[in-house]
Amino acid sequence: MSSTVTETPAKNGSSRFTSAAATYIDDRTKIGGVVKEFGRKVFPDHWSFLLGEVALYSFIVILLSGTFLTLFFQASMVETVYTGPYVPMKGIEMSAAMASTLDISFSVRGGLLMRQVHHWAALLFVASIGLHMLRIFFTGAFRKPRELNWVIGFVLFILAMAEGFTGYSLPDDVLSGNGLRIIDGIVKAIPVVGTFFSFLFFGGEFPGTDIVGRLYMLHIMLLPALVILFVALHLAFVVIHKHTQYPGPGKTQQNVVGFPVLPVYAAKAGGFFFIVFGVIVLIASIFGINAIWAYGPYDPSPVSAGTQPDWYIGFADGMLRLVPPGLETEWFGYTWSWNMLLPLIIIGIFIVIVMIYPFIEAWVTGDKREHHLLDRPRNAPTRTAIGAAGVTFYAVMWAGASSDIMATHFQLSMEGVIHALQALLFLGPIIAYFLAKRICLGLQKKDRAIALHGYESGRIVQLPGGEFVEVHKPLESYEQWELVSYHDYAPLMLRPDDNGRISFGQRLRAGFSRWFFEDRIVPPTKGEIEQGDH
Amino acid sequence: MAEEAKNSGGDAVVAAQSHDVDVASAGTAVISSDAVQNPGLPPHRKRVTDLDPQKAKRQERVVYSLFYISIAGSLGAVLAYMFFPIETGEMMAIRLHTLFVGLGMALALLAVGIGAVHWGKALMADHESIDMRHPVPSDEETMQAAADVFTVSNEESGFSRRSLVRNSLLGALIAFPLPGITLLRGLAPQDQDPVELAKHTMWTKGMRLARDPSGVPIKASEVTIGSAFHVIPETLNHHDFEHLNAEERGGSENFLDAKAKAIVLLMRLDQSELNELPERESWSYDGIVAYSKVCTHVGCPVALYEQHTHHLLCPCHQSQFDVSEHAKVIFGPAKRPLPQLPITVDEEGYLVAQSDFHEPVGPSYWERLK
Repeated sequence: MSSTVTETPAKNGSSRFTSAAATYIDDRTKIGGVVKEFGRKVFPDHWSFLLGEVALYSFIVILLSGTFLTLFFQASMVETVYTGPYVPMKGIEMSAAMASTLDISFSVRGGLLMRQVHHWAALLFVASIGLHMLRIFFTGAFRKPRELNWVIGFVLFILAMAEGFTGYSLPDDVLSGNGLRIIDGIVKAIPVVGTFFSFLFFGGEFPGTDIVGRLYMLHIMLLPALVILFVALHLAFVVIHKHTQYPGPGKTQQNVVGFPVLPVYAAKAGGFFFIVFGVIVLIASIFGINAIWAYGPYDPSPVSAGTQPDWYIGFADGMLRLVPPGLETEWFGYTWSWNMLLPLIIIGIFIVIVMIYPFIEAWVTGDKREHHLLDRPRNAPTRTAIGAAGVTFYAVMWAGASSDIMATHFQLSMEGVIHALQALLFLGPIIAYFLAKRICLGLQKKDRAIALHGYESGRIVQLPGGEFVEVHKPLESYEQWELVSYHDYAPLMLRPDDNGRISFGQRLRAGFSRWFFEDRIVPPTKGEIEQGDH
Repeated sequence: MAEEAKNSGGDAVVAAQSHDVDVASAGTAVISSDAVQNPGLPPHRKRVTDLDPQKAKRQERVVYSLFYISIAGSLGAVLAYMFFPIETGEMMAIRLHTLFVGLGMALALLAVGIGAVHWGKALMADHESIDMRHPVPSDEETMQAAADVFTVSNEESGFSRRSLVRNSLLGALIAFPLPGITLLRGLAPQDQDPVELAKHTMWTKGMRLARDPSGVPIKASEVTIGSAFHVIPETLNHHDFEHLNAEERGGSENFLDAKAKAIVLLMRLDQSELNELPERESWSYDGIVAYSKVCTHVGCPVALYEQHTHHLLCPCHQSQFDVSEHAKVIFGPAKRPLPQLPITVDEEGYLVAQSDFHEPVGPSYWERLK
């Protein structure tokens, strides 16, 4: 099975060299043990496991392209006059940051390509983290022992957005300045300390001359260091826990079925890195992005209709737009900007719920076992419905950031679009919840019927007695296993404790448990299937 | 191995203590005794490349051809780098350079990636392997040993026993970051007060209203009904700004800081359509009104003026202000009307400010009323 590094040297020279080199390294590093331990580690195969890989690989692409950009970028807000080849900007006063970004675009060969690679890779990075999170959520991969890794992944998602925002602000063009202006307004809305924090952040008044240098430090040093640290932790946990797998014949809680790291996974995952990289470069070479020369250097005054943040900040910007009018109060001689605090609070609650969801569900089910087999989303209807509601809530916030674009493109009134989105923000998740839950239960019923009676063959047979019956095609045991191999949970029965009391906590838990598991489709048992087999 | 995979499709993971059947609580999960049994791994299906050496040969050719294509792509990207110069500065040259260098790189990456994956899928051994999992928690002995380490080191150090030593250490550790946090006060100038700064702009009595960005002063006669001007103070240009003192700069150090507070919109409405507050009737001149251009929501420039409806629209979050109703908010997240700049004309007929704004411009902040 496992090939250690100290094999007997073969006859030809090249393998003798390999073995000598391996021995040389092992004598100094003890790496043979690592190869023996991890070289044939098994990974299960499924397309959805690639989403996390896309996130990792696009991050590597970001590091590579970002390193190239740092060689030419000047993170300074010193006023200069642009003298480069781009005619419309010639002689215009701008910061060194903007001028050097223009130079990267127009005076460095391949510079524009690298800028575009970096930006597209960043968009893909956040997108793939989001999809990866959704995959983990809907398949229940966050259950014990992986709850902490969910939290680490969540931190990575926040870090990725922070990386995105700090990077967006570096070129010091009109759009990035406007983004910072919005951040300034939000920070100022924080009670008691907001004004002072904004003052510290910008090193004086907005925009000041410090912010680009500070964001640059965050963007290329502090945040990447944190991302790398958390990615390392995240992957260390994946190794410790071993990968989850989808339920299927031969797959149990005690094993991992798949392919070994060497050679198959090395080839597939290594190849996939190049595919992700290649797709990013392909997009970057064909589709331009963030044409800062069209916006001009930052100036607090110019018109910027239809400005859009990058997609991952859209949800926050959209929430700012969806706030009902007039939410600002002046109490005790101080200003309370609820029109900013309310979105911050709602978004805060939303992301905290996302972060602690594994612990909530563990408390509701009371399940303390380890889970290495994934759920099919239909087999956890309430969780899937909660996820659908959350996705809808996020999507409405995100759509809010494009309310003006939607209004102009679809010839609607802007007020109408905003009012519709405000209503959807509350109704959408509710509708999504019930739809998703009903669809899940319907699919479970269909699975159950197929498991019990097999497939409808469409053949009608007349029995000798004259009765007509439809012939059902029985399932193979492998197919059947995929339909019936899930666990269901019964709602928690309220029982008095040793002192004969029912605590409030228990009542709450029972309530949640009913909410989760009242409607459920029980997997058919052997006996039922035998009876169902006509 | 396959036999091991067949046993118990159940959820009960082997407990950490194998000698002791102490399986973790399943909570409210229903464990059926009559559950269907896991049928075990389905039989392995061979691929065509396993059955037909001809086909395997062909796939081998596909893989190494892809690797050669990748080399060609890499070289192509280098050639494109050399033969598509951008030094002319023309947009077309830059577009072509980006396109061909990028396509070369993309071809190189995609070909090597697809080749490697195809090699893995079509030619490498594809028998499914099975690893057994071990429970994540450490076994009893290890846990005990770890606990012992802490117990022993606690005894040897007296960490629990010597409470005064321990608590004073904790105090010291809590206190030690404080100087570091204090140093961060230096992120902003020590001698300025943000609340004070926010109250003043460059507008002063007699300051002429000039066009943004050219700086040409505006005559009242030039402002026709229905027109709108983007306005800055006359001295807000790079040349003059150098020579202004702190007060003349509205307290701001930098050009853009001053501009971020001083930008103004100027509009002229028909007097019959202009509903002014009685105390502000002297703030306008012949139907010409001037308002701060900084949105009271989060500070974007409120730059879109619809002359038919007299509405100002902020492009960032769609707050709308009605100029004919002293710029009060009629839609969107903003709460306060835009601050109005009192204006009049000087003897040469140029529009001038009567004074600075009477309230802080821009987004709300905690000490706004101070």
